[in-house]
Amino acid sequence: MEILQYILEPLQYPFMYKAVIVSAVVGATCAILSCFLILKGWSLLGDAISHAVLPGVVLAYIIGIPFSLGAFVSALLSVVMIGFIKTNSKIKEDAIMGIVFTTLFALGLILISSIASTVDLMHVLFGEVLGITDFAAVMTVVVLSLVSLVVLLFRKTFLVFCFDPTHAQSVGMPIKFIHYAFLVLLAITITGSLQTVGIILVIAMLITPGSTAFLLTKRFSVMIVIAVLVSVFSSVAGAYASYYIDISTGGAIVFLQGCIFLAVFTYQTVVNARSVGRLAPPKIS
Amino acid sequence: MEKAIEINNVNVQYDGVPVLENTSIAIPYGTFSGVIGMNGAGKSTLFKVIMGLVKPSSGEVKICNDPPSLAQKHGHVAYVPQTEMVDWDFPVSVYEVVMMGRIGLQGVFKSPHPKDHEYVQKSLERVGMTEFADRQIGELSGGQKKRAFVARALAQGAEILLLDEPFAGLDKLSEQSITELLVKLKNEGKTIILATHELTSLPDICDRVALVRKTVVAYGPIKEVFTKELVSQTFDGIIHNINFDR
Repeated sequence: MEILQYILEPLQYPFMYKAVIVSAVVGATCAILSCFLILKGWSLLGDAISHAVLPGVVLAYIIGIPFSLGAFVSALLSVVMIGFIKTNSKIKEDAIMGIVFTTLFALGLILISSIASTVDLMHVLFGEVLGITDFAAVMTVVVLSLVSLVVLLFRKTFLVFCFDPTHAQSVGMPIKFIHYAFLVLLAITITGSLQTVGIILVIAMLITPGSTAFLLTKRFSVMIVIAVLVSVFSSVAGAYASYYIDISTGGAIVFLQGCIFLAVFTYQTVVNARSVGRLAPPKIS
Repeated sequence: MEKAIEINNVNVQYDGVPVLENTSIAIPYGTFSGVIGMNGAGKSTLFKVIMGLVKPSSGEVKICNDPPSLAQKHGHVAYVPQTEMVDWDFPVSVYEVVMMGRIGLQGVFKSPHPKDHEYVQKSLERVGMTEFADRQIGELSGGQKKRAFVARALAQGAEILLLDEPFAGLDKLSEQSITELLVKLKNEGKTIILATHELTSLPDICDRVALVRKTVVAYGPIKEVFTKELVSQTFDGIIHNINFDR
């Protein structure tokens, strides 16, 4: 079995073994959250949070604390800022998100340019799962598994929150708490995914798997399963691709996910065109 | 008569701008009330007060004799959303939507109890939607969509049903069948309240009417309140083609 050999051989190396497990867990967690995120219409918010972590990461590097801590604090700060400006001004939320995340990202760039060595920080910007430390790998797997567990346990609550928040509130569900709990889980997930895919591309992990699955099913439970399968496959395949042909892991994962989405979309468009006799791609929103 | 809703001297402000002023209304159990008024008159704010989504700056609200927060926990009030407020592509089935009516009553961790499934099935039966239980909600006709949400309200065990413009976009036949369903529920003791712009058909559907203009101008039986004089006051005199002589 030659294929099996291709799969198993790299796993002899601890760095590859770690990379595969971390990528799979990152892929699964992001996929679960992506199902809620795209249904809620919060894709841009995910993008905003992921860019906004940069200054926190750089500051953590300068101070010498784990960069995930800085990233998480920075992510929460962006959420609070967006919420605060929204409730206290007439500016629309998408514009506020744009302002907040670009400003924070810009601050991150300024901080980066002010320090001497930027090699380590490139990992955070673009992801480098093959170089992950043992500690970071264990932390990522544990924390993200916990996030997945929490989201799955409370999936009905989050689903009602996404589908009909007014109903949720009218039956006394703590809607504000659910709102912020979801954002905190999102911030943790983004932080945990940085090492694998990087700040710039992590949003793809949080949108594409759910969207692909949404094209394929009308059942939410099935949607989660498809999203996780597609995402884990892409993540692991991406890790192998970067091992064998020496390309960016994050780039490989996200590119593969995008290709799967486009393939599903094209297939459905063709099938729909045949069955209906006209082009009628399913809507995403 | 026992009151399903009692609102006394309620004031609501958004950013300091008064939306409802010294508003009082007492709606008896088992009645079918229409709420009418111009756009921005405060109809939806009144609904939000009843649902406990808006806290009045002053005044008293009692829903089935409970304060709003307790009324929410008991699920006394259910609302049927406007058609355009719902994401019809959302990947949930009719059954799942109706089950959402039970969510306030279930523990967060618990999966549905057999009793919850029983409620959902009974509710689907009562609105005649049993055979569509497995449909994704977007695959329903306009009337069926409304029925699905009425079933959710029933599964919730709500005493009071709020409907905002339920007939918008419905054909006459669906409108009639939804009306029949609501009247049936009213006769079973539910309290139905609907906000509508359809003044013409209102007296055929409701037994009571509330006129809203920054406050509840008048509330009572159709005969007493749905008069040319009062309705005309509420709508700045802009009323056409309404037959008040019934």
